[in-house]
Amino acid sequence: MILVLVEIDDGALALVSQEALTFARGLGEPVEAVVLAAPGTDTSAAVADCAVQGVARVHLVDGPDLISYAAAAWASVVAGVLAETGASTLVASGSGRASEILAHVAARLDVPMAANALEASPVGESTEAVGGQARMPDQGSDTGTGLLVRRQVLGGAVVESTLLAAVPAILTVAGHAVEPVAAPVAGAASVVTVTPRIEPDDLRAQVASVTPRSGGDGASLTKAKVVVGAGRGAGGPDGFGGVDALAAKLGGVVGVSRVVTSLGWRPHHEQVGQTGSRINPDLYVPCGISGAIQHWAGCSSSKTIIAINTDAEAPMVTKAAYAIVGDMHEVIPAILAALDKRG
Amino acid sequence: MTDVLVCIKRVPEATGEVTLTPDGLGIDGSHAGYTVSPNEECAVELAVQVADGGRCTVLTLGPAGAVDQLRAALAVGMTDGIHIEGDSDAFSPADVAREVAAAVRARGEAGSAYDLVLLGNDAADTGDFQVGVRLAYALGYPVVTGIQTVSVEGSTAILTGEGPDGSETYRVALPAVVTVLEGGVEPRYPSVMGRMKAKKAPIETLAPTTVPVGSGRLALEVPPPPPNQVRILGEGAAAAPAFVATLAELGVLR
Repeated sequence: MILVLVEIDDGALALVSQEALTFARGLGEPVEAVVLAAPGTDTSAAVADCAVQGVARVHLVDGPDLISYAAAAWASVVAGVLAETGASTLVASGSGRASEILAHVAARLDVPMAANALEASPVGESTEAVGGQARMPDQGSDTGTGLLVRRQVLGGAVVESTLLAAVPAILTVAGHAVEPVAAPVAGAASVVTVTPRIEPDDLRAQVASVTPRSGGDGASLTKAKVVVGAGRGAGGPDGFGGVDALAAKLGGVVGVSRVVTSLGWRPHHEQVGQTGSRINPDLYVPCGISGAIQHWAGCSSSKTIIAINTDAEAPMVTKAAYAIVGDMHEVIPAILAALDKRG
Repeated sequence: MTDVLVCIKRVPEATGEVTLTPDGLGIDGSHAGYTVSPNEECAVELAVQVADGGRCTVLTLGPAGAVDQLRAALAVGMTDGIHIEGDSDAFSPADVAREVAAAVRARGEAGSAYDLVLLGNDAADTGDFQVGVRLAYALGYPVVTGIQTVSVEGSTAILTGEGPDGSETYRVALPAVVTVLEGGVEPRYPSVMGRMKAKKAPIETLAPTTVPVGSGRLALEVPPPPPNQVRILGEGAAAAPAFVATLAELGVLR
């Protein structure tokens, strides 16, 4: 059985958790889920989403100690479910929370964990023979027995193959590496509620207070259907009028490259990249962004990219579907005027 | 005063084309050069601020050349260094955590324990996202990951980071392990004076305490870049109508 730690976003199952469930289903074993949500959260939509993803059983968690988030407490819960169910593999998205909890579980069980997996397949004795034949040991394998994982390193510029030989195998799935697909047959998603006993030591690091965001945040960026990007080509903190206007016009949000946030031109939560948000829009319009690995790590899942750049050879241009060669400060006003004319 | 230890990792610069070492098991940084992750630069900055004149030690596990990264941290205000010499590719995250824990314990036994241990959230190359957590378990300390600001009141660390519902605050009793994400502080640049001091700052060189288990890495590959299929819509302002037409084709405009 594969156990997946899933999260809730806006009442439903988070997109990255749906991706993790689709990924887990691909491993060829039944899938169960633990929902990471404070007791009292409405999980009905998330449970329904789990059924769509073919999940057989959903573990909900209750208890006063989990009202405020504590990673170690959640890790003890997940480790408990792992022990009780005998799951072979633990999977989650690469979100901050999920990565943190899985790292705790891996540390507690003293087993390896692979972050940012793109794909995984069982090798060795557990290999399922192609064509629906009986399970048989893979004699030809020289890598040993376990879960062979291909994962992103160096911000996705390099792919590492690694073998998770221990049980349970623990891995997080790279954001947007997998398209979430409904299971051919919906799962029962039968709900069991766990009321765990939390050790005091696991509450030593617990959220004491939450200040809701006043301005924008990375979350609106990761969910946006249209993102207008700006890089060094903006020229300075006053160079963003055009991208702000274009984003507003297209019903999108602004995302920026790392150089922009490290120069203090725009706040860090607008950063797209390895140390910022990973976006997944239908349309990305990077303006004056050269497209270094650091930035590509955050925008490579965009469905269509239209780059605006003075350099026709910039990586952002050569990796884009469309491009305009020119200065963003000349091109964007002309685009705004053309959009206005269109009405 | 708070005694702080910061752990950093020498990683290849990822600015241009990535090349692998001849055996295909490592990333060759000899042309691009080496750096540390932005998260670790912020951890160093937080350490200098929190130590407020106290001891702040920078530690790395890496090859001989990693002294460069230690000196860079010493140049912005760290007071001394610890260099565990080894090929970082041969160490799993658990191996690294064990070695760092051994160094922390050794300092504690020598009468100079650390109140706070900072690391980057995840290394820029391997992106394992777990060394800090494993270190905390090895030491029996509480740990918080993804933190952007750190302050200390008495024997409590006040930590903030971005959570799903807003900015989250933790109050954690020291000693503790904290992993840092970029975005809360601006790393300072070294002064001329800082560079001079860094040259003379003490660096203790240690050998690993045990043979590393290794990471289970079987191979690395550089995925081929997507074929250049860009359609140039035009140059300068004259391309605006083509841009709008493309948006309409894509269904972005209603």
